[in-house]
Amino acid sequence: MELIELRNIFKIYHLGEMDLPVLKGVSLAVAKGEMVALMGASGSGKSTLMNILGCLDRPTSGEYWLDGREISGFSLNQRAWLRNRMIGFVFQNFNLLPRTSALENVMVPLSYAPKEVPERHMRQRASELLKLVGLADRMDHQPSQLSGGQQQRVAIARSLVNSPTILLADEPTGNLDSHTSEEILQLFQHLNREEGLTIILVTHNPGVSDYAQRTIHIRDGLIENGLQPQGRPEAALPFSGGAP
Amino acid sequence: MKSYRTFKTALRALRRNVMRAGLTTLGIVIGIAAVIAMMEIGNGSSIAIQRTIASMGANILLVMPGTAASSGISFGAGSAMTLTPQDATAILKECPAVAAVAPVVRARAQVVYGNKNWVPMSIYGTTPAFLVVRDWTDMAEGDPFTDRDVRNASKVCLIGQTLVRELFGGQSPIGKEIRVHNVAFKVIGVLQTKGANMMGMDQDDILLAPWTTIKYRVTGTSVVTNQSVGSAETNSTVNTLSQIYPNSQQNLYPVPSAAQQADTPLPIRFANVDQILVSAQASEQIPEAIHQISVLLRERHRIHAGESDDFTLRDMTEITKAMTSTTSMMTKLLLCVALISLVVGGVGIMNIMLVSVTERTREIGLRMAVGARPGDILRQFLAEAVVLCLIGGVVGILLGRGSSILVTAILHWPTAISLTAIVMAVVVSASVGIVFGFYPARKASRLDPIEALRYE
Repeated sequence: MELIELRNIFKIYHLGEMDLPVLKGVSLAVAKGEMVALMGASGSGKSTLMNILGCLDRPTSGEYWLDGREISGFSLNQRAWLRNRMIGFVFQNFNLLPRTSALENVMVPLSYAPKEVPERHMRQRASELLKLVGLADRMDHQPSQLSGGQQQRVAIARSLVNSPTILLADEPTGNLDSHTSEEILQLFQHLNREEGLTIILVTHNPGVSDYAQRTIHIRDGLIENGLQPQGRPEAALPFSGGAP
Repeated sequence: MKSYRTFKTALRALRRNVMRAGLTTLGIVIGIAAVIAMMEIGNGSSIAIQRTIASMGANILLVMPGTAASSGISFGAGSAMTLTPQDATAILKECPAVAAVAPVVRARAQVVYGNKNWVPMSIYGTTPAFLVVRDWTDMAEGDPFTDRDVRNASKVCLIGQTLVRELFGGQSPIGKEIRVHNVAFKVIGVLQTKGANMMGMDQDDILLAPWTTIKYRVTGTSVVTNQSVGSAETNSTVNTLSQIYPNSQQNLYPVPSAAQQADTPLPIRFANVDQILVSAQASEQIPEAIHQISVLLRERHRIHAGESDDFTLRDMTEITKAMTSTTSMMTKLLLCVALISLVVGGVGIMNIMLVSVTERTREIGLRMAVGARPGDILRQFLAEAVVLCLIGGVVGILLGRGSSILVTAILHWPTAISLTAIVMAVVVSASVGIVFGFYPARKASRLDPIEALRYE
């Protein structure tokens, strides 16, 4: 059973009179527990595909099966619920709330959970995750007091706080130096292997895609290669450091 | 619980920019403070104005005797002799809508002090309650006469400022003796200046004395009313006018001397008064008071159903009208000021909320990405606006109270605490928050998360 399955997804933007097709029939599948890199040059439709995968946007046509449900027809509020329960986002520019402590930043998604979570549990859960990403001693720091790598760790903790099934990372290392990038990517790998989290990395950096089990290339709104999932090629990973 | 969470999120968001939140809410703070201070000062002055107008006689009812007629010839209003001092006491005792009652006996006579003389516009014989009815209890000098003076028909009087000027040339008249119709009165008090009444008549041109004294010592007899003052035959030995124009009436008994006359007032069997002044508990109770008095007087005067009253009741409709229109004008004026300041404050809130929405576009995008529904965003921004306004309202109430207390302390303006204003301020500030916070909040909730996340 695939966790994500896209079938013939089209996305067409209407710019005045002109129709601008960005995705021209994308089909792909991602299995549970995979770590996939989505690569493509800018303008290839990579971000659009990412937005559709993240339920931020709806395809013009095509089917999107997520965890056994066809969700391309979901309403605004239903998609908000999906994003809250099933998807964690990590952004290139972190998108942390300014002048808000790391702990409270991590708690943000919890406050939109459909079920009321007591404040105490929220704090406990957030601090657990900050420990997981190695920021146990930075909980009360505000984003401006944290380095880029630390901010991205906070963002990762935030994306995990609702125990999502998919983690979508959009150029997660785009604003980081190479050393910090490596740390962050190893953290992703760790999460993928130890927690069994499905991760989709969107990037144009081949160095990043090396961490993924599979790379999907997209060009001009179409998938070029890497279409088929490769089962569980753990042994075939080119990089084996980081995780024990 | 959901609203509590939204409220907390809003507070958290506001705390991120305390300075701006403070400045934003300043508009509301000043607005509400202005409203509260205005309302309290306005209330105070309105009460003061009402009191002033009331002192002009808005609460006063006039009971006049009815018309006497003989062979089809009417003698005009107040010519019947049907009102008694006992009527006055009964009105006070039995009409709950009545605050004070004063019987009045009028006289017109020359007043002499030293080499000066003056004929006051009004010489009233009355009881101490007269001062209460006319709201004249504060004396400029000396003390008012007492009920005991009334019982004893003491020869004491209070005089108005005009008399002080005319007879005493500005000296203190307290303790001096003036002669009214050759009866020596001791001046025990000076009334405060009241100025002209609505008709332009000088109200300070007055002499007040116990009604018994005026009735029995000045106007002379218990039977003849004051309407014919000046024809008092009893004083004929002194009154030169009587000698020039002798009365046609024959004196059957030796005429007593003036001193004898004054010292031995004739025994009273029936005394009538010229009018009874009544003040109602409040100007709204005047109709009630009129009803109660007329029922009581009809009963006391044994007037059968169907017969017409032997008295007339008059209220000061003109003054009452002026009073109500003044009060409602004040209220409307204050309401206008309040509304303007609140609208200005609300626009300030809207402005800053719009800036805030633009500035926090990324935050909104992120919140949406992690699962906030448009409704959640709307609620959050609305809650922020309402919280801002409510905080502003509370601070404004305190500030307004403070400034009105300050105004009372420093400027001695009358203020009155207005609970309605406070309740209104809270309600209004919350609704200002909702009304002016709605547009920015809606704008925020309609943002596209993708665009919002990419916003620089």
